[in-house]
Amino acid sequence: MAILTYREALNRAMVEEMEKDPLIYLMGEEVGHYQGAYKVSQGMLDRFGEERVIDTPISENGFAGIGVGSAMVGLRPIIEFMTWNFSLVAIDQIINSAAKMNYMSGGQFPMPIVFRGAGGAGGRLGAQHSQAFESWYAHCPGLKVVCPATPKDAYGLLKSSIRDNNPTIFIESEVLYGSKGEVPEQEYTIPLGLGEIKRKGTDITLVTWSRALGFAEEAAAILEKEGISVEIVDLRSLRPLDENLIYESVKKTNRALVVEEGWPVAGFGAQIAYLIQKNAFAYLDHPVERVTQMDVPMSYAANLERMSLPNATRVADTIREMLQ
Amino acid sequence: MVSSIPKDSQSVSELKEFYRQMVLIRKFEEAAAKAYSVGKIGGFLHLYIGQEAVGVGSIAALTPKDYIVSTYRDHGHALARGLNPKPLMAELFGKGTGISKGNGGSMHFFDRNAHFMGGHGIVGGHISLAAGIAFASKFKKEDSVTICFFGEGAANIGSFHEGLNLAAIWKLPVVFICENNHYAMGTPEYRALAVKDVSVRAYAYDMARDHIEGDEVRKVKDHVQVAVERARRGEGPTLIEVSTYRFRGHSMSDPAKYRTKEELEAYKKKDPLMRARHELELGGIKTEELDKMDLEIQSQIDEAYQYAETSPEPPLSQLHKYVYAEDK
Ligand SMILES: Cc1ncc(C[n+]2csc(CCOP(=O)(O)OP(=O)(O)O)c2C)c(N)n1
Repeated sequence: MAILTYREALNRAMVEEMEKDPLIYLMGEEVGHYQGAYKVSQGMLDRFGEERVIDTPISENGFAGIGVGSAMVGLRPIIEFMTWNFSLVAIDQIINSAAKMNYMSGGQFPMPIVFRGAGGAGGRLGAQHSQAFESWYAHCPGLKVVCPATPKDAYGLLKSSIRDNNPTIFIESEVLYGSKGEVPEQEYTIPLGLGEIKRKGTDITLVTWSRALGFAEEAAAILEKEGISVEIVDLRSLRPLDENLIYESVKKTNRALVVEEGWPVAGFGAQIAYLIQKNAFAYLDHPVERVTQMDVPMSYAANLERMSLPNATRVADTIREMLQ
Repeated sequence: MVSSIPKDSQSVSELKEFYRQMVLIRKFEEAAAKAYSVGKIGGFLHLYIGQEAVGVGSIAALTPKDYIVSTYRDHGHALARGLNPKPLMAELFGKGTGISKGNGGSMHFFDRNAHFMGGHGIVGGHISLAAGIAFASKFKKEDSVTICFFGEGAANIGSFHEGLNLAAIWKLPVVFICENNHYAMGTPEYRALAVKDVSVRAYAYDMARDHIEGDEVRKVKDHVQVAVERARRGEGPTLIEVSTYRFRGHSMSDPAKYRTKEELEAYKKKDPLMRARHELELGGIKTEELDKMDLEIQSQIDEAYQYAETSPEPPLSQLHKYVYAEDK
């Protein structure tokens, strides 16, 4: 096993896939000469040249559209958004073009494209640069939505996303880029739609993904000392969703909590809470709860940012309440 | 009407073919309008009537390996590409035999084999898709050219500017064809465009430009041909503005009260079909022969109508199909 950062794992996945398939290219702002705004594409320009690692002007809508058009005729683009905040300028292309092309053409145009980049809240970047948008994209049929939390998952899931013939929203966590973890040396993939139990437990099921996994693990460690056993389900992808993994866990623990970095209203946690009450109602000893970002834009002030984001304390407090 | 007389038998037969295609489009859409008015076609129905020479002339400049990207006003472009009117009409009727299996409707004709890359419903959004298709041709070192149709209304949205800039900096093999029919829905061009001549925006992107009248089909072809060849030589994109007019409202639900009868009548005098017919007659084709052709096309359309009407709706099992591509 090698120890890699999340960023290096993503880089390795892209490099390996591009070496295998000449139809794959990487496009985005600063991906080439600058080596990537977050250095995820470090070294790739040298390796693959300007024809396959393509710097764009600041024109998210334009280059997202270039990606979609090129995917219609068989290329396999990886479109990097410097951060997902700027993807909103391109959301028309993602939802109105990419997500629907296969459907509205009666199956004639598969869409093998990956949109990827940094998501979530960064260190005091303020309201326009600290947003988790997975719920927005997961809302839309035709897209796949992937949110890895570890270097190992990032590698295996990105490879699957690149090989998939559907448009994939691959949201990397900005604060996790430097985080380290074990990544097997042998090549592997992780199928989209397969979650993982990241920690076994018996008292409550904690459902989460991406950066919030960290808060969950921290809380579980605190609670363990109090004799509370938390089972953590890392969904890894929201679409497709590993529903059964959630239900199987809830059947065992009889309680469920969703922890996510995004806003609460119409957030993906609401969907999970609905699914659990619909499909595992008989096993529940407590209503499904959620810990989310507060229902406000992100503040710049350090204390308010801290307060706004979910954290281990809030997760632990909620679990204690649920177990009373 | 100043008419150019086709000089040799080759140009006569070319014009005859163009005339045939334009009549096919006109009659197809007249039939569609009828079907719409009796509720057989749902949704929006944007007719191309009046603009036929633009689509027919432009697409005649292409080879089968070239690509076409269209808007919600896509019937004429699809027919000019040679698509069979039957599955097109069936698509309008929402039938399983439709060109997009009934999932698309009027605004979303697609035919992968014919390189007909769709009608698209978001104004201007398809301009960067077209640049993307051209990008892929360049990437794969194929010498296909993509042409992209849009209205002057679309020239005001960001994706137009982004698409043109990207196409220009990367010298993509794409021809942007602005069908300026002078109205975006009810908004006349003078209320939407700071500079009325769309084609001069090409200067902003150091791009070749052209500006022509769209009532003379062979002229459209000749001009588009120049741009297509330029693109094929690797010399980059062109922005062509073709001035034209739609005789109907923006869509079937638009009575077009924002323009005068006089204006409409003036443009109807420049009807590209009448013009082509007149030129064919000057070139020696008999009126009876043209009438016979019209009748043949009418019966072809009647057949398509019949086909659409009697085709089955898509199976309900199709609802969940095609959301995702099938795994290979
Ligand atoms: C982004 C967007 N805004 C608004 C609309 C609604 N709409 C559809 S067509 C149209 C007018 C477009 O005019 P133009 O581009 O000149 O094309 P034309 O209809 O004249 O062919 C409008 C406003 C839309 N489909 N997409």
